[in-house]
Amino acid sequence: MAEPIVSLRGITKRFGDFVANEAVSLDLYPGEIHALLGENGAGKTTLMNVLTGLLRPDGGEIRFRGRPVRIDSPEVAYRLGIGMVHQHFKLIPPFTVAENVVLGAEPRRGLLFDRRAAREAVRALTEAYGLAVNPDARVGALSVGMQQRVEILKILYRGADVLIFDEPTAVLTPQEVREFLAILKRLAGQGKAIVFITHKLKEVLAVADRVTILRHGRVVDTLPAAGADEGLLAEKMIGRRVRLAPEKAPARPGPVVLELRAVRERRTGQDALAGVDLALRAGEIYGLAGVDGNGQRPLVEVLFGRRSAEGDVRLFGEPILGLPTKALLERGMALIPEDRHREGLVLAMSVAENAILTRYDRPPFVRRGILRPAAIRRAAAEIVERFDVRTPSLAVPVAALSGGNQQKLIIGREVARRPAVVVAFQPTRGLDIGAQAHVYRTLVALRDAGAAVLLISFELDEILALADRIGVLSGGRIVAELAPEAADEETIGLYMTGRGDVRHGDAGRGDSGGDAVRRGGAGRGEVGSGDDAGQEVAGHGGADRTDEEKAGDGR
Amino acid sequence: MSAAFGQLLDITLVFSTALVFGAVGGLLSERAGVIALALEGYMTGGAFLAAASAYALERLGFGPASAYGALFLSMFAGALLALVHAAATVTYRADHVVSGVVVNFFAAGLSLFLVKLFFAGAGQTPTLREGMLSRVAIPGLADLPVVGSALFRQYPTTYLAALAVGGAYGLLYHTPLGLRLRAVGEHPEAAETLGVRVRRLRYGAVVASGAIAALGGATVALTTTGNFSHATIAGQGFIALAAMIFGRWHPFGAAAAALFFGMATGLKNVVQLSPWARAIPTEVIYMLPYALTLLVLAGLAFRSTPPAALGRTDEAR
Repeated sequence: MAEPIVSLRGITKRFGDFVANEAVSLDLYPGEIHALLGENGAGKTTLMNVLTGLLRPDGGEIRFRGRPVRIDSPEVAYRLGIGMVHQHFKLIPPFTVAENVVLGAEPRRGLLFDRRAAREAVRALTEAYGLAVNPDARVGALSVGMQQRVEILKILYRGADVLIFDEPTAVLTPQEVREFLAILKRLAGQGKAIVFITHKLKEVLAVADRVTILRHGRVVDTLPAAGADEGLLAEKMIGRRVRLAPEKAPARPGPVVLELRAVRERRTGQDALAGVDLALRAGEIYGLAGVDGNGQRPLVEVLFGRRSAEGDVRLFGEPILGLPTKALLERGMALIPEDRHREGLVLAMSVAENAILTRYDRPPFVRRGILRPAAIRRAAAEIVERFDVRTPSLAVPVAALSGGNQQKLIIGREVARRPAVVVAFQPTRGLDIGAQAHVYRTLVALRDAGAAVLLISFELDEILALADRIGVLSGGRIVAELAPEAADEETIGLYMTGRGDVRHGDAGRGDSGGDAVRRGGAGRGEVGSGDDAGQEVAGHGGADRTDEEKAGDGR
Repeated sequence: MSAAFGQLLDITLVFSTALVFGAVGGLLSERAGVIALALEGYMTGGAFLAAASAYALERLGFGPASAYGALFLSMFAGALLALVHAAATVTYRADHVVSGVVVNFFAAGLSLFLVKLFFAGAGQTPTLREGMLSRVAIPGLADLPVVGSALFRQYPTTYLAALAVGGAYGLLYHTPLGLRLRAVGEHPEAAETLGVRVRRLRYGAVVASGAIAALGGATVALTTTGNFSHATIAGQGFIALAAMIFGRWHPFGAAAAALFFGMATGLKNVVQLSPWARAIPTEVIYMLPYALTLLVLAGLAFRSTPPAALGRTDEAR
């Protein structure tokens, strides 16, 4: 190979006692896609922040095109031609694409902003790199995938030869991921050096030329992607064999617990939900696949009384549509929300307070209108213990916990209520593999204890790994229902994009709906062995923590 | 009929001018992300310094030139008050509303205190004679039928206000500085990562907003009242703020809204002079512009979107 464009030599970065990067060396060549793989807290982002001038290393050397450089600030990195696309975009929604791209380095005509030159510059870049975006479009009106292209254009406009992407696919739909990976290849084909930070093994294998794996801030290995497979990479990343998909016995579905019939919701003229039919049974995990924006959010909101709808929703045979959220929770519905920061937790409140948010007004947590801190602490301690929530104390704000531990707290809180129906919406979003495996095992344990689990996910792998029955949500309807044996990525993908051949017989009618409801009876909320489910989960929980996470907690 | 129309147009422009300055000043500040609640204070400060300095210059024998000197000086009053607001909100990250309210009270109290101090305990500055601005006719245009006199035989401040509107538009939408200023009001972090100096830009925008709004205050003192008292501004800063919102933070929109509110004040004066209005209590007539402001804002303002980062104090650095 030619000379490396960037060469990191023995980079060390400490935060107090914590060593985020220890003697990390990495060469980056023009035209290569270099995947940087590692668990959360492995030091990937730290390393790249060193390279882009946001952090200064405590030791080691950076060479750029063969000569040592000192990168003290993002400006220096920009000037050298090193640009980074952050996980959270930094775009200005009301501005046009061209305005976003040139901001801070605007073409001028005299004193004036040369809008035409800006537009032409962007157009030239979009043509050169095959990143079709209309320079005059308002960024706020673009899809997330398009917005990402604007971010790429921003750094290309500043002449970057080294492009760093921090978890770029986390926010994209499957289609957008495919397009994005194609863009990466094109950029590399034009001689750009690309660093692709991720923990998704499939994507690494799909596009990377080489992979560097970080663990505990050290390089475990750098190897060509060609010879690698998922198992090998996962093992190097975590340090031991890990099975992501949990062992699970065949489901023993019970009676229908939750039934939806022709649930329809219109808000702005178009149907957010266009007649959803669904029958969820006790003791099964129903995986609802679909591309983001096909009615998942409205469906969850309708189920939890936060949005009105037409049609019929029955829990244990009783109509629940239109009931307030609180009543639904009391009847045995539980939600693991998509956005734990906005919907699952009150970040500024303590771990203990968050642990009883869905039961705070019932004994033993309240007596004669006064909260009882001792009882609250006892319940919280139990959840923390059973679900292996790593927290310095029960009194710290929940914001201080890592994402994985926050999610465990939410799940623990809901499981402790012994719910009959658990709706898990993107339950592993933003979690690393260790925490993901924990969530998966918990969901299976809940199912085995007799709860009905509705898993709504944009990640097809997740659905395929867990579901006992798979429905595909497209255009606000369940367009297909499949057994997992009959489902593969290709078939589901077709249904997801609305191109599958839609067989109405399969379309989630709930074959024995009415009868099943009656059989389900009017019993409330509790599934007998909920406690056992919790115990079992805790048993796994202790063992499955990765060392990575412990290191993270230490900070 | 056309005479009456010309008269209403004329009086509308007279009353709107101060509001236009206020609204344009306000939107510079808010487009950069700093709430312009202190407009009332800037205008009060401007009116005070204009009236006081015009009187002083008059006494020193500057004659009609006193008004122009006073107009220029008034900007410093607004700029200084705005500097306080900028320091509080940008450097010390105080709540923008609290800081705005404080600056308003500070400006009102300080100017009245200074009036009493300089003018032997009087409640207002002495009335100006030569030191007031007089109308300037633009040759040719002023003789156009119907609108000519109303539009082109105006106070210099009215022409200046029109320039301010055009200038603000050009600045915001046709210069790199304007692009950056709007970026800072929408997403300061994004602007910062691209090398835009967020704090410096905000200071500049807020101080400029104070200076421009102060011209509005000076306009009232130098064209309408001829002196400064507690009733000189009396809420016009808030009406200017409303005009800015109603005008959707755009210079042309804000100017149009200011004209509308100015017309409401003009109507008040027309109504007051009509014989049939004798039966209406003056308080009700005086309420007219404010009531109209309230109605319009209640009905329309909720549809406009403020700059995304407006009033935020939590951004990095």
